[in-house]
Amino acid sequence: MLRLTRDQYLRIVAHCYDGLPDEACGLLAGPVAGGAPTGEVAEVFPARNSDASARTYTVDGRDYLRADREAQALGAEIVGVWHSHTHTHAYPSPTDVRQAVDPTWFYVIVSLAQGDPVLRTYRIEGEAITEVATVVDG
Amino acid sequence: MVEVRLPTLLRPHADGAASVGVEGSSVAEVLADLTRRHPGLEGQILDPAGTLHKFVNVYVNDDDVRYLDALDTKVSEGDVVSILPAVAGG
Repeated sequence: MLRLTRDQYLRIVAHCYDGLPDEACGLLAGPVAGGAPTGEVAEVFPARNSDASARTYTVDGRDYLRADREAQALGAEIVGVWHSHTHTHAYPSPTDVRQAVDPTWFYVIVSLAQGDPVLRTYRIEGEAITEVATVVDG
Repeated sequence: MVEVRLPTLLRPHADGAASVGVEGSSVAEVLADLTRRHPGLEGQILDPAGTLHKFVNVYVNDDDVRYLDALDTKVSEGDVVSILPAVAGG
């Protein structure tokens, strides 16, 4: 389960709208226990999409480096990434699956394709996509 | 001593360590010493041709070594070398 505060959820969604017409992306930091994220989120870090594209994203490397340091200062780790799908539903694309780096990470996708944003969370291990429940507190 | 920061993905190959102290005066030497200390990292950072995997970014302090001298980038005592995965999708 991925647990976001209301404020974190709103910051993620706002960053996705701010990125339009391109895809937007950012990183999630949280505690890790026994080699796996607990699902708690200590902080969310909006990042630049260095692809500046409506079809793909790459988390800007320096934004990742800064987020990694800030996470470390919080006693947390980078435990996942979010990005927006501007015209498709909130499910990992073949590109998302192919480029997924870490099977322990949370992959959050925010679809802006219809009226209200839809945020869903997945784990991606090899070709296997597993949805993880998302809880927004508050 | 140079500190190498490892992403969560690579820590299982380094006995779970988040950072490793190594010796070396260039990125190539630092990575070689890192792999000597943790042989499980072999092939995880460099490809068989000995160049950086395209899905790995390496920083010396704040700078991406691809924009410096790549593996020949000089490293000094007290520098922090950060290895981070390239995070991308569509």
